Order: sequence, then structure tokens, then C-alpha cells
Amino acid sequence: MSKKVYVARSPRIAARMLGEEMLVMSAQGSTLFTLNPTATVLWQAADGATPLDEIVESRICSEFEVKPEEAMRDAEALAADLAKHGILLISEEPIPSKSPVQEQPQP
Amino acid sequence: MPELALQVERYSAVIVIGDVAIRVNTRDSSFLDLLQQRYSGFVSAESGAEFEFDVELVEPTFADPDAEVNVSHHSGRWLMERADFRAEWNPAERSGVIHQKANPYSMDAVLRIVHTLVLAKQGGFLLHSASAIRNGKAFLFAGVSGAGKTTISGLAPGDVTLLTDEISYLRKHDEGYVAYGTPFTGELARLGENTSAPVAALYLLTKGPENRIEPVAVTDAARGLLGNVLFFAEDPKLVHRVFQTACDFVHRVPVYRLTFMPDARVWEMIQ
Repeated sequence: MSKKVYVARSPRIAARMLGEEMLVMSAQGSTLFTLNPTATVLWQAADGATPLDEIVESRICSEFEVKPEEAMRDAEALAADLAKHGILLISEEPIPSKSPVQEQPQP
Repeated sequence: MPELALQVERYSAVIVIGDVAIRVNTRDSSFLDLLQQRYSGFVSAESGAEFEFDVELVEPTFADPDAEVNVSHHSGRWLMERADFRAEWNPAERSGVIHQKANPYSMDAVLRIVHTLVLAKQGGFLLHSASAIRNGKAFLFAGVSGAGKTTISGLAPGDVTLLTDEISYLRKHDEGYVAYGTPFTGELARLGENTSAPVAALYLLTKGPENRIEPVAVTDAARGLLGNVLFFAEDPKLVHRVFQTACDFVHRVPVYRLTFMPDARVWEMIQ
């Protein structure tokens, strides 16, 4: 039986839906990413508690009419790509939500 | 017998950009002269300031002019470093110290960083763009180096007030944004006027064979804007704030792509 994989949004990013696209900015190098609809669904569902296969089954397959095996392969590749850019965290254990970054002193 | 005391003269200049006053203290009168000349029009006669920096001048050493600036936050202090300066700033104490050579470029860099950090808190940002006022409205012309910021600034007719040809200063005000003049210059090497006006439009510059204005979709507008926002620190909270401000900006300010040829007629379209 394959291990569960959990995904979570990185706390070191800022994101906002503009029009029909999700813009994500990483604090690292202030790099800007645009997520396509599939990536947006995956990214929004990445709560650190729901396994990737459940996200694929409940969110991606139902929304994009794609076969589960194919969707899972694509989702794993997508998650790895997002993780490579530091905007998604991947783990074989549930990922606890990070506490917010401390506010800087008010100038 | 009178007590012996060594009194060191201290000279100060208050530099006001975007209504934020920063006092700079130095023990070197010639450096003060240099600052007053460099920031002419932005030096206030008032002594009050929101923040204060002591400048310690250091001996010139080799410095890479293209070196990256490093900005980090530790224990309530911002640390700003480049090959030619090292500065610390404690926002809570409203004071800091700058170790730099006696040149205006290091001070310029520190001021840009400090204003970026201040603006992030206030719903604003610095933008790689020229800006100018016409008919009481501010227009922004954003683009990377070579996009035409200096060109369009140089083509501005006499009824246009130039705020900057390089770095625009933007802050949220009521339901919109206001652009302020800055002393941060580009190739034109002409200080902006120390005045302000509500922003009427942002133009993303492209040089081309004709003058043309086209609307830009909101996501492209955000990408175009964020690609020109000045970010210095990789601090997630700070990046988050500036990102959200930029997204808010493109919802409130019309954004267009301005294709232009180097010809004064382009200003007939900017009203």
C-alpha cells in the first residue's frame, strides 16, 4: 500500500485570486507565479491535513473530468513542481498549520 | 577650574519624501552640504522628523557598484547592507545608524529601503516608474530599464510637473492612491518636484512604431505592476503586505499598456 502524501501552502507566500487566475508571490526573491485552474484547485485544497489522493478524487477528478490514475500522476508532478518553487510543502505526515509570521514593529 | 568638555559639532538635515520626514545627523559639515545639495527641494527647515539616522562616515574601500543589497530583520532591528554601506534601523525607537562613505549614493539606497519599509505599513510602495502631474492628476509610466521612463519624462511638455523619472512614491489615500515627488533620479538626473496628486492611471511602457494605448486585464496589470515594485527584504509579512497593496491598486487605478515612439505627440494622449 502506497504511503499517503500531504500537501500544504507555504506560509512564506502571498496569494490572491485576480480574475480567473491565482497569483502567488514567494517571499524568496519576490518571485511571482500564476497558477492555472488545476493548480489553483490543488493549491487551495492543500490544507496539510487532507491527503493528496483525497484532494485529487474529491476536487480535481470531479471538477476536470479526468481519470483518477492520470489525475494523480499529474497532481504529484504538479505538487513536486510547486514545492520546488517553495510555494507548497509536501510531507508523508500531516502538516500542521504554521503560526503567522511575527509582525514587524510599527514604524 | 572649569570642567573640561569636548563638544563635537553635529549637523542635521531633515529630508522629507512622501510627507515622511527623516532627520540625518552627521559630524561632517561638508557631508551635510552634499546632502543638502543632493536632496535640494526635499530638505525641510522644520526640525521635527519621524525617524532619525546618525551617519558615521568611513574611509573609502573597494565596493562593487552592482552588488546586491541585503535587508534582514533581527530582534526588532532592520539591517541593511551593501558593499558600500551598512545601516541599522530600529523602527520602535525611530532611530538608526548608517556607516557609509561620504557619497550620496549610499544614503540614497538607505532612504529607498527605509521608505519601502515605511510604505509597506501604510499601504504603499515604491515603483520603478516615471511619474508626472498633468491637470491635477498623476500619471505613472512603469517599466524596466530601457522601457522608456527617461524618454517619456524628457518629452513632457511645459504644463507637466515631473515627480520622478525613475522611482515613484505611492501611498493609498481614501479610495485611491496618491503619487509623491521623489529625489530618486534616473538617467535624466533631474530631481522630481516635491508635490503630489491622486493617481489617474498607470501605463506599462513599451517602445514601438506608433503611439497606442490599450487596456490591460487585471491579472496582466498586477503582473506588470508587481514586476516593477521595489522589494528589498525577503520578509514574508512585508512581501504579503506589498503584494496585497499591489492587487488592491490594480482594482482602483486604471492600468494600460502604452506603446510609444520617441516623439512628443505621445503626451497628447496623456490627459
